[in-house]
Amino acid sequence: MNRYPLWKNLLIGLVLLWGLIYTLPNFYGEVPAVQVSSAKATFKLDPAAATDRIAGVLKEAGIDNAGIFSDATSVRARFANTDLQLRAKDAIERALNPNAQDPSYVVALNLLSASPAWLTAIHALPMYLGLDLRGGVHFLLQVDMPGALTKRLDATTGDLRTLMRDKNVRHAGITREGNTVVVRFRDADQREAARRAIQSSTSDLQLADRDDTADDLKLVATLTAQAQKTMRDFAIKQNISTLHNRINELGVAEPVIQQQGADRIVVQLPGVQDVAKAKDILGRTATLEVRMVDDTPGLLEQALTGNVPFGTELFKERGGAPLLLKKQVVLTGDRLTDAQPGFDGQTNEPAVHLTLDAAGARIFRDVTRESIGKRMAILLIEKGKGEVVTAPVIRSEIGGGRVQISGRMTTTEANDVALLLRAGSLAAPMEIIEERTVGPSLGAENIAKGFHSTLWGFVAIAIFMTAYYMLFGLVSSIALAANLLLLVALLSLLQATLTLPGIAAMALTLGMAIDANVLINERIREELRNGATPQAAIAAGYDRAFDTILDSNITTLIAGIALLVFGSGPVRGFAVVHCLGILTSMFSAILVSRMMINFLYGRRRKVESLAIGQIWKPGSN
Amino acid sequence: MEFFRIKKDIPFMRHALVFNVISLITFLLAVFFLATRGLHLSVEFTGGTLVEVTYAEAPQLEPIREALAASGYPDAQVQNFGSARDLLVRLPNRDDLDTNGVSEKVMGTLKGVTGPVPELRRVEFVGPQVGKELASDGAMALLLVIVGIVVYLALRFEWRFAVSAIIANLHDVIIILGFFAFFQWEFSLPVLAAVLAVLGYSVNESVVVFDRVRETFKKKRNLTTPQVLDHAITSTISRTIITHGSTQVMVLSMLLFGGETLHYFAMALTIGICFGIYSSVLVASPLVMWLGASREQFVKPKKEKEEAVV
Repeated sequence: MNRYPLWKNLLIGLVLLWGLIYTLPNFYGEVPAVQVSSAKATFKLDPAAATDRIAGVLKEAGIDNAGIFSDATSVRARFANTDLQLRAKDAIERALNPNAQDPSYVVALNLLSASPAWLTAIHALPMYLGLDLRGGVHFLLQVDMPGALTKRLDATTGDLRTLMRDKNVRHAGITREGNTVVVRFRDADQREAARRAIQSSTSDLQLADRDDTADDLKLVATLTAQAQKTMRDFAIKQNISTLHNRINELGVAEPVIQQQGADRIVVQLPGVQDVAKAKDILGRTATLEVRMVDDTPGLLEQALTGNVPFGTELFKERGGAPLLLKKQVVLTGDRLTDAQPGFDGQTNEPAVHLTLDAAGARIFRDVTRESIGKRMAILLIEKGKGEVVTAPVIRSEIGGGRVQISGRMTTTEANDVALLLRAGSLAAPMEIIEERTVGPSLGAENIAKGFHSTLWGFVAIAIFMTAYYMLFGLVSSIALAANLLLLVALLSLLQATLTLPGIAAMALTLGMAIDANVLINERIREELRNGATPQAAIAAGYDRAFDTILDSNITTLIAGIALLVFGSGPVRGFAVVHCLGILTSMFSAILVSRMMINFLYGRRRKVESLAIGQIWKPGSN
Repeated sequence: MEFFRIKKDIPFMRHALVFNVISLITFLLAVFFLATRGLHLSVEFTGGTLVEVTYAEAPQLEPIREALAASGYPDAQVQNFGSARDLLVRLPNRDDLDTNGVSEKVMGTLKGVTGPVPELRRVEFVGPQVGKELASDGAMALLLVIVGIVVYLALRFEWRFAVSAIIANLHDVIIILGFFAFFQWEFSLPVLAAVLAVLGYSVNESVVVFDRVRETFKKKRNLTTPQVLDHAITSTISRTIITHGSTQVMVLSMLLFGGETLHYFAMALTIGICFGIYSSVLVASPLVMWLGASREQFVKPKKEKEEAVV
């Protein structure tokens, strides 16, 4: 009766073999590598061609590689040591990015698994190590949604103004008041006309009348819930793609940029140690605005005394001179498709060349045509502070959407401005609300600590179990090892991120999983004590213990799932490993150990006694 | 080898009142310390900045404190972490502080102090809104665990068992927290995870005993409820001690080899395991008895069969 059918043995064997294969990559360690990927959204990397090219470059430079691998978006070359890796990075960088100002490729240092190609081919990859184990920076960014809403409403204010002018509707002023846009009218007919015009042009606005006095009629426009949701989704997507672009410029091998919750973004930069630089690039919430300069004589002087005229704002020009700008925004950075550093064709000064999209180009042409002789300011807003980059006089109509910013810039400044603008402006400002930096030495230490805790704990348990339950204890220890094997394989297959709390969960799960085997072994002893035959004791022990094991694992699982649902960051890593560990432990403690016991005892016709340690019977003493 | 050679059932239930009084006293003490001293919450919950640095040789703490105070952080806590060469700087969040550059500024100040050069080990910055969320999420997780376990046990056994198990094990949770309050150990996210894991784990213990109770109720007709409980506890005590011992061996290994990061995590588990044995066996069972569990709740009357015969 203590025999498993062949298919069951085969199945368990296959599962264990699978576990072994998928655990294997974790033992090979990592080797230095250089990773090449595309630096631009517009530029697609052709893996096959890039592989050939990199191989050629390395051959030319006389650098031996230990294999070049490619996937859809990147090519990675492995090297025997870090010295070769650094030389290779320089060589590849020089060959692939001849123009350092405008790189097409990101060439980054990375670590690659040293596991053989056949393992990689069946997608058996090592576990992904969390930042606390490999070192790096983690940021949690909060997107300022109220800010995005304000910005959107400001743009709406401008749109409505244009609309009223196009449709010849006379109004008495359009302003943003809090989260609404208010349009004033002198009479009801004009208001009706305006309502029809707005409703036919957009469905994003909800309109309501508000009459304060008889000749002060108002139309109050608010964004519909649907439009607000779309705006939020758009803002977070836009910010994520902007962050992608900016981080590409940093040259990080495997950045993680993910949305978390409704308005948060997680950024993880493994291996990055220069936090200041990373933060600087991420934290820049530069947005570009084009506004008209109010050059009415006397107004600037009035503003400088602290009495800023209505509808204008005071800014400082790069260089320090004050400038009075109209509040109305002509164009925002959203209309920008490209920005490149360069030089002014005539004066040879450093300059930034901007390209606008079709709508932006049309607005720009209209505005420049209407305002010849006036000054237009290009305003860079960083961290809530605006600075006028340049405020040139409009000499002629500028069509075609090509604009150049120049004046009072060094080459580096031109590069920085171009980078900021090219990377795209953020749809909404962001704030870092959580930061974790882990130095590389701490990461390596954490791995060693986690590994040693698990190892010595396991060894101690195995020794005790074998001493206490003899052969059955040994079987239990092997089943426990199988549990660890399956758990690691599962984590590797899922490409779960392993963190120090995750390792702790692994150790804890092993400590708890032995419970199932203790239950079984104790039950078998009890059956023997009550006079059952060895074969019957094994069968009864496993059968009776099963219910208890199931019950106790389910309660542990409930706790694990609660942690998974409500935990974040380190707790989630703990919970994932804990939950998976409970599942694998059920399999290994019950099926794997039973299979081994069956092999040992099930085939024998006559079993005199079980090697399960001394069975003491009351009354024998 | 066999540790437990028990001839007769140990009359645990005779001392039920004593056990319950002991737990009541420890529980009240824990509540008292929680109320008077409070938990020493980590940066994750309170919000703030934490910078860990290591030096080649032990630095003087006083000049570092002075330098930090001079650069605008008079409320910075500077303390050794693990060894004299490792240093931990904690800064609370302040409204007037620009949160973005704190870690860099602290590193700059530390580097400016004459003496050994610091090497950055880790920085943790948590904004105020995140801290509050983590605290409420933690409370929600605890609630979910409690409700989940009660519902499961009520379905699988009987409500009396579910209620006893959860009361016994919540009292463990309070006692762990009481220890953390008394010693002012840092209560961090991993510790919270440990507390919840322990809750699930020690409910196991009650489950194992209750399983036996159910079995004994069904098998032996001539025993009273206290006798059934005594028998169930006695026949599982060997397994209880060995299982908990094994888990504790693992936790001890973490305590010894896991370093500072896992220290309080392992500490919470150790307390949880020790009190878990006590409470899930010697607190939960008397509670079941007081609540009035009896054979009738498990042995189903055989009415249906009779009807079938008719």
